[in-house]
Amino acid sequence: MRAKDALGRRGEEIAAGYLEAQGMRIVDRNWRCPEGEIDIVALDGDALVIAEVKTRTSLAYGHPFEAVGVDKLSRLHRLASAWCRDHDLRMPLRRVDVVAVLDDGVGVPAVEHLKGVG
Amino acid sequence: MALGRTYSVALVGLNGYIVEVEADIGQTLPAFVILGLPDASLNEAKERIRSAAQNSGIPLSRRKITANLIPASLPKRGSGFDLAIAMAVLLAANDVRSTGRTVFIAELGLDGRLRPVRGILPAVMAAVRAGYPDVVVAQGNVGEAELVPGARVQGYSTLARLAFDCGADPQDLALDFEPEPDDGDADAGADALQLRPPDMCDVSGQGDARRALEVAAAGAHHLLLTGPPGAGKTMLAERLPGLLPDLGDTEAMEVTAIHSLSSLTSASVRLLRRPPFENPHHTATSAAIIGGGSGLPRPGAASRAHRGVLFLDEAPEYERRVLDALRQPLESGELVIHRSAGTAAYPARFQLVLAANPCPCGKASGKGVDCICTPTMRRRYLARMSGPLLDRVDIQLQVERVSLADFGQPGAEEDTATIAGRVKGARERQLERLVPFGMETNSQVPGRLLRGSLRLAAPTTRILDHALERGVLTARGYDRVLRLAWTLADLARRDTPDADDIGRALNLRQATVTA
Repeated sequence: MRAKDALGRRGEEIAAGYLEAQGMRIVDRNWRCPEGEIDIVALDGDALVIAEVKTRTSLAYGHPFEAVGVDKLSRLHRLASAWCRDHDLRMPLRRVDVVAVLDDGVGVPAVEHLKGVG
Repeated sequence: MALGRTYSVALVGLNGYIVEVEADIGQTLPAFVILGLPDASLNEAKERIRSAAQNSGIPLSRRKITANLIPASLPKRGSGFDLAIAMAVLLAANDVRSTGRTVFIAELGLDGRLRPVRGILPAVMAAVRAGYPDVVVAQGNVGEAELVPGARVQGYSTLARLAFDCGADPQDLALDFEPEPDDGDADAGADALQLRPPDMCDVSGQGDARRALEVAAAGAHHLLLTGPPGAGKTMLAERLPGLLPDLGDTEAMEVTAIHSLSSLTSASVRLLRRPPFENPHHTATSAAIIGGGSGLPRPGAASRAHRGVLFLDEAPEYERRVLDALRQPLESGELVIHRSAGTAAYPARFQLVLAANPCPCGKASGKGVDCICTPTMRRRYLARMSGPLLDRVDIQLQVERVSLADFGQPGAEEDTATIAGRVKGARERQLERLVPFGMETNSQVPGRLLRGSLRLAAPTTRILDHALERGVLTARGYDRVLRLAWTLADLARRDTPDADDIGRALNLRQATVTA
């Protein structure tokens, strides 16, 4: 496994832990379809949350949030629909969250969470 | 608090309006939006501000930043809002403490330095007038901003230093960074140019023309010089500003404000005390002369010549439209220009000096034996300067080639300082006489007044009345002669013109051009 994949993996673990600590229930992880991958699918009360996790070791190449552009956001929304179709679910409350994990490998990783973007 | 508020100034023409800058940091993905009719260069502020803040050690928030410039309906342009937006965003992120009613006007460099901008003088004037006397500008603009009475100006060289003074955490601030001041070159150039203004003692002979120039300077009369190439028309015109008295405080502020707005270098840090001289080329368009441009109109040569001299060399070569566009400012002293983004009014009370060859080949002076132009060509050439325009030109003088006898006797002629002294005296006399009527110079006096309160005794004006009766002189021409006669009397330190003055005035306005 390459270093960047390992970092992403670790970030997703941290993010999942964070979301659970926030009272969400994780229902799916790394769900794939031909259009792409959803990092985390969770339930926040009645709402279905599609969470994209971005992990960085430093801010040298910009903040993790800056890596989520317009294209990425619209893809996440499409993936959310695809996930619901695939699971035969109708979720009227549906949102896309972005979780930024800043983990320099030394201290406690910093997690930032944006709800309902785009 | 996720909301920051600072102030800046938007200029529409020479009028400035206080602009409130609100910045909000929203909890969504990173973005930077500027609202409130920004133009292209203002929209680029986003990138400048982000880099400048980053390199100053106080990076902007990684969230959605919305900057709103109020009033939203007022079109805003230029880079002068950079600093106000940056400070509002830092304020919204609680990186600095509130700056109250301080007005920020400066452009940001990517490295975090503050750069000077154009139009500081009118902007600061507007801020002070609107009750916002505290102004922060770039170091290079301090001199200009301090010209405004009542302004409390602070100059900064970098964003880091300003942030530090506003209570930012000095931990990461780039306080060591000290950019070189970037106003040196342009200033040095301006000084070199002003080293030795052209002097009247360089003009050999040309007694009539010298006298006419003195009268034009004394009474602020518009002037037309016709004559063959090489007679010295341009030389004479260039020496007119030197004869004019220094500008008063209000006038100097007006002139400096216009030049602050139109100079590309923003190097005008001194108050301009000398009347400006504008010498556009005859291919100039009407937008270049009277002002214009896309979006918000910018001042043209006529406004840059405000309170000074507008010299149109080879006047018949100008497009007729351009020449006729000057009639409005000659009448009202102001130019109102309409463009898509708004309307701007610029002052344009200039002294007009026209120079023209007598015909297209330029040889039709004196006996005109060498001239190859047909009478039609000649008439058409001079007719390009329209009657209504020439009607406003009090002095119309024919300049001949210098004779050998007058040529090559340096030092024999009066210098500018001597003549300027007489002009100054004449101006003072005019002011004393005309202030009750709300005027300053003889050229402004309307015929109603000349033939009313300032009426001369009948014997004095006999030759004039005679000329009017015979139809040699029009009623308008009659008034022009009277105006010139008053100026001649002022120069000779007489209280009222005598018959001699009238005679010489008649001579001066002798129209060489049939208009």
